[in-house]
Amino acid sequence: MSVARVRAVVLKEVREFRRNRFVIVTMGVLPLVFLITPMLTMFQISDSASGAEVRAAVGTLSLFMLIIPLVIPPVIAAYSVVGERSQGTLEPVLGAPVTAGELLLGKALAAFIPSVLIAYAVYFAAAITIRIGAAHVVSSVVWHAPQLLAQILFTPLLAAWAIWLGIGISTRATDVRVAQQLATLAGLPLLGFTSLISFQVITPSVPLAVGLALALLVIDLVAARVVARLFDRERLITGRRAVSPPA
Amino acid sequence: MASRQWFRRRRIGLGWRPVSWQGWLITCFVIAALIAVLALLRTSPARIPVVILLLAAYAAVALATGGRRPFEEPAPLEVETETEPIGGEQQRRALRTLTTTQATSGPALVVEHLTKRFGERIAVDDVSFSVEAGEVFGFLGPNGAGKTTTVRMLGTLIAPTSGTARVAGLPLSPANGIEIRKRIAVMPESPGLYLRLTVAENLAFFAGLYELADPRERIRQALSAVNLAGRADDACGSLSKGLRQRVALARALLGHPSIVFLDEPTSGLDPVASRDVHALIDGLRNHGVTVFLTTHRLEEAEQLCDRVAILNTRLRTTGRPDELRDRFFTRSLVVRTVGPLADPARVFAVDGVAGWRPDENDRYVLTVEDARAAAPQVTRALVAAGADVLSIAEAQHSLEDVYLELIDEDVEAAR
Repeated sequence: MSVARVRAVVLKEVREFRRNRFVIVTMGVLPLVFLITPMLTMFQISDSASGAEVRAAVGTLSLFMLIIPLVIPPVIAAYSVVGERSQGTLEPVLGAPVTAGELLLGKALAAFIPSVLIAYAVYFAAAITIRIGAAHVVSSVVWHAPQLLAQILFTPLLAAWAIWLGIGISTRATDVRVAQQLATLAGLPLLGFTSLISFQVITPSVPLAVGLALALLVIDLVAARVVARLFDRERLITGRRAVSPPA
Repeated sequence: MASRQWFRRRRIGLGWRPVSWQGWLITCFVIAALIAVLALLRTSPARIPVVILLLAAYAAVALATGGRRPFEEPAPLEVETETEPIGGEQQRRALRTLTTTQATSGPALVVEHLTKRFGERIAVDDVSFSVEAGEVFGFLGPNGAGKTTTVRMLGTLIAPTSGTARVAGLPLSPANGIEIRKRIAVMPESPGLYLRLTVAENLAFFAGLYELADPRERIRQALSAVNLAGRADDACGSLSKGLRQRVALARALLGHPSIVFLDEPTSGLDPVASRDVHALIDGLRNHGVTVFLTTHRLEEAEQLCDRVAILNTRLRTTGRPDELRDRFFTRSLVVRTVGPLADPARVFAVDGVAGWRPDENDRYVLTVEDARAAAPQVTRALVAAGADVLSIAEAQHSLEDVYLELIDEDVEAAR
């Protein structure tokens, strides 16, 4: 695995996103919507509010914050392979000395880094704003250690899952929009999992957060291997499966 | 308006492309200011509407200064005028620097019994040939003959069903995929450029994949070789098809290739752009690079190629263009007279003429062993017979005649 080649792929991908207004708007507007909507509720809660009311509001915020790493990455990841194919750039890239692993890792990192940075930035902007401006009862629930830990651990792991799913769909899809829609839909089942934690049906504790994070990490690693197997050069170029795949 | 232009030029503000550090700085400052406003107004019921208003105001300013509307198509895709043609001294110098090829012993390409099946359909059937280092090898055939499939197999993009090959001195195998791709360059029929990226950014990406030691210098040389040094910062989407093809050629030259596979490089190009591509292929040959050229432009193959192969799923023939003409067409003389000859059989009964046939009115085609020796004797016989001769000429056959002859044979056989 060559770091230089992975870096070249990451740089190229990031340059392309920066010029793609659809990606920029999605990456900018969606987190803003997910930030503003729960914050409107947060700032209306007074110190005399009941515990259930506060937990419900913080749960909504937490859920919205965990939706960000599930919704933004598929927009980029789902474009990664089928996008190259539709604009005719895949063949020259596959003709260059880059392995499938390097190419996929570069594409995954290019989607992972901005998504996770945005998700963290939005979450901490919300948390700091709540600390400064919201009622103390709200602030104490948001700044509760297991809640913070769950958010910090799950954000990159959920993003990684969404990315591998997006790339996997992208290797098999024939249309960019279909790939993006499928990838977003396929990430939704994990919303159920995040909802359980957000609304404290599963009460977040440090061991539970770490345990679930490890389980997610294993799922992510398996997903990475599956996607690497799905990446069939011959199928991507000719539309037919290879009998004996080239390097 | 002037201040708006100033902002637009610098792309300052959130906008849709906060590319400059000033843009990011202002964005961070605005976010910090919003947080401060929230903190100051934390007890006021008006805090939420104030924040929403501030955000809306900032978005409006950012939209105005950032310049573009959302969902607008990328890059101005108007087609630019062509630049100088290829072939000047500067380009030759750049090409010389770029083509210090990796030395490989023996032929550049050896293909033995290569076959590719897609399910029941045979795309390439038992093809064998070899290409010497430094040769321009033309691979001709009709649409669907298997030319592109052969290039893809040799370029390690797809695996052959059976058969073997050596590419740039290495056996064609999955294990050698990366090493082979380091030694060759494949330019597909479509240039395959990232239209949102600039010319230099496109090349920088591939320079990274080839892990070039001095990518900036290499990119500069590659662009000089195709005379595009002045267009390095232009978005590829703004270039004409001919210029995009040149960028793709520059990309093919980046990695010191010893073999360059060009898949129909002049397809869809106008004569001026095609001439530029021809000049570059000629330049590559002069610098010892092996060029594998697939085309169905026969005049192009005849002009550029040292040897050609004609493929129609199976390999029909290989050889030098003149060799193929001689092999497939017996030498002949064409005699034109003012009126029909009274007794052509008697007139053409001279040494060196193996046979004759009337072609059109007052035109006769003579089969000869050696046209130069037979022509004077035929002339004397015609004069002796009192014929009014318009012309006596050696019949000219082109590579196209050879090609059509072979493809027609296949069509006949298929019936």
